[in-house]
Amino acid sequence: MSRSLSFAQALDEAIAEEMRRDPKVIALGTEFTGKLVQQFGPQRARLTPISEAAFTGMGLGAAACGYRPIVNWRSVTFSFVAMDQIVNQASKIRYMLGGQADFPVTFRCTSGGGLGLAAQHSQSPYSIWMHLAGLKIILPSNPADAKGLLKSAIRDDNPVVSFECVRLNDAIAAVPEGDHLVPLGVAAIKRSGTDVSVVALGYYVQEALAVAQALARRGISVEVVDPRTLVPLDVSTIRDSVRKTGRLVVVDEAPPTCSAAAEITALVVEDAATFRALRAPVERVCGIGVPIPYSPPLERAALPDRERIEAAILRVLHEPASGSTRS
Amino acid sequence: MPIGKLESITAPARATARESPLMPREVPDPLPMLRQMLLIREFDERIIGLRAGGDIYGAIHPYVGQEAVAVGVCAALTRADRVTSTHRGHGHCIAKGADIKRMMAELFGRIDGYCKGKGGSMHIADFSVGMLGANGIVAGGLPLAAGAALAAQLDGKRQVAVCFFGDGAVAEGEFHETLNISALWSLPLVFVCENNLYGGSSPIDVQHRTTDIAVRAAGYGMPAVSIDGNDAMAVFEAARAAVDRAREGDGPSLIECRTYRWHFHNMLRATIPAETRPSTELAAWRARDPIARLASALLSRRTLTEEGLTAMRMQVRGDVDEAIAFAQASPFPGREALLEDVFAASCCHPARACGTHDE
Ligand SMILES: Cc1ncc(C[n+]2csc(CCOP(=O)(O)OP(=O)(O)O)c2C)c(N)n1
Ligand SMILES: [Mg+2]
Repeated sequence: MSRSLSFAQALDEAIAEEMRRDPKVIALGTEFTGKLVQQFGPQRARLTPISEAAFTGMGLGAAACGYRPIVNWRSVTFSFVAMDQIVNQASKIRYMLGGQADFPVTFRCTSGGGLGLAAQHSQSPYSIWMHLAGLKIILPSNPADAKGLLKSAIRDDNPVVSFECVRLNDAIAAVPEGDHLVPLGVAAIKRSGTDVSVVALGYYVQEALAVAQALARRGISVEVVDPRTLVPLDVSTIRDSVRKTGRLVVVDEAPPTCSAAAEITALVVEDAATFRALRAPVERVCGIGVPIPYSPPLERAALPDRERIEAAILRVLHEPASGSTRS
Repeated sequence: MPIGKLESITAPARATARESPLMPREVPDPLPMLRQMLLIREFDERIIGLRAGGDIYGAIHPYVGQEAVAVGVCAALTRADRVTSTHRGHGHCIAKGADIKRMMAELFGRIDGYCKGKGGSMHIADFSVGMLGANGIVAGGLPLAAGAALAAQLDGKRQVAVCFFGDGAVAEGEFHETLNISALWSLPLVFVCENNLYGGSSPIDVQHRTTDIAVRAAGYGMPAVSIDGNDAMAVFEAARAAVDRAREGDGPSLIECRTYRWHFHNMLRATIPAETRPSTELAAWRARDPIARLASALLSRRTLTEEGLTAMRMQVRGDVDEAIAFAQASPFPGREALLEDVFAASCCHPARACGTHDE
């Protein structure tokens, strides 16, 4: 059984269920969505001052002392005010202290562009976090995964960062009833195909699916792989897909330099069997490497779109461009 | 250190101070101040409809209700002085002398905007008048202003810097770090806190144990006052004392302006957000309208006539009409603008330099 929920509702539901399930789960943030304070009281649903460095570190500290804090930065923009607590503390503390304690804290944030919010409020910096070793990262692409991944993140005994694409906020889709969990580190094949593998992240999973559907009408069979978590990354599902199709396009809105797309590409080409299966160079369809501009035509030009995804797929297939996704 | 009294920011009495061409007038002409407040209000009232209509994108944060702060403070500044602003920055821009045509073009995302359409409302800036930028980060502008103050101190040209920020920003580390270092180094800086009783939608007592912002300054060894931020002339007086002090090399000070925003915190889509604050509170503050207050003072002193006030209102309406027409006529930036401005002019293509492989 399932019902339709928006991405935002699915995330709210995940938090409420985990707080109900485990009294050690607490929430910290400058603002809450849903009815968290009414449901769980101001002791457990803590409204904070605008002090990201403090409440990020507090989440980590309380995690070491038996709690499971969910720290909501709101936009990932504001997490940068807490860089010390994330980079120097959260990502390293367990290892540095020889594994004496676990730090089951979940950091939530929205990410991505497309809403005309300009450079500071349109960032997708998950690769910065990936680089650190010590933070798990989830990046759901639909309401069901959002709920299932966030619930798993809260139950995980490590710091986990949940990136929630702003453009998915109002997306509505079926979410299973009950205690729906999606394990960390397991990718999902969102559409199977035989000609080309498209590994898409976050919001771009639905865009890749739309392109795949359009190309199916031309007899091109596209497989869409959604990693769902970036750390740990389900490399074997991605490699298996590429070994089957022989072609890879990676789609993400973050700029390509030192990105998740770069990491996925490297993991594919450095595996001998997968490398030998490749029949075309790998293509990355990423955001342009500039701070995201405000003006809508510039912002559109900076972010990937269906046209660019289709063009890249046709290039790896050596097919002439057709414009089937042009509207 | 005395706290909370106007006298606690004592301007040094130095004979030469007034002779500098950089100095503002001892008492500013209140008529241009009133006109500026009306212009800010008209501008920020009009953008609400323009955001709803889809001419403006992203987020807007109207400054309506707080006009006396920007105008009172900037009346104590010269063009050579510099300010940093916040997410609620249109008032500071206008008060510092920015051109509303280019501001409106920026909000419309057009090439003639101050930032060529790249920044929008939260990043509006006009370096030619010393407005160093609005900011999308709460408290992000404070260190930047201290940097401008450091430059001014090194230059020795008697310029000062002002940072505007909200009550919410006082909870950030950047506030505390910047107060400490600027007091330590006697930087020519004025901290202007616009205490509008809410940080976003959170009431001030959810944010702070000490809801008096001015008392924080004492811990860092700097004077502070808490004043009625809806009284433009009181703001000017406090700002002049703080600016004089800074200009004379006597260091920073903090002014807490008690005020209130009339509208929602921000507008992120076409619909106008519902009001969450108590209606009695809102009504009480609307009754303390900073514009009506200055206007009625001027009317009763006969510095202004009713006809003069009406003419001023018509004038600012016309100015904003013109700014909208200018913005509408300005083209959107072309695709080539996307890759420009990442780095200062250099030998390498900026997109290459940042590793972009644009097909
Ligand atoms: C570091 C940071 N955290 C959170 C936000 C989100 N945010 C934008 S404005 C705002 C409220 C700021 O309150 P205040 O400083 O009092 O200014 P006001 O909006 O009242 O003018 C918040 C929390 C932000 N922009 N930057
Ligand atoms: Mg405020």
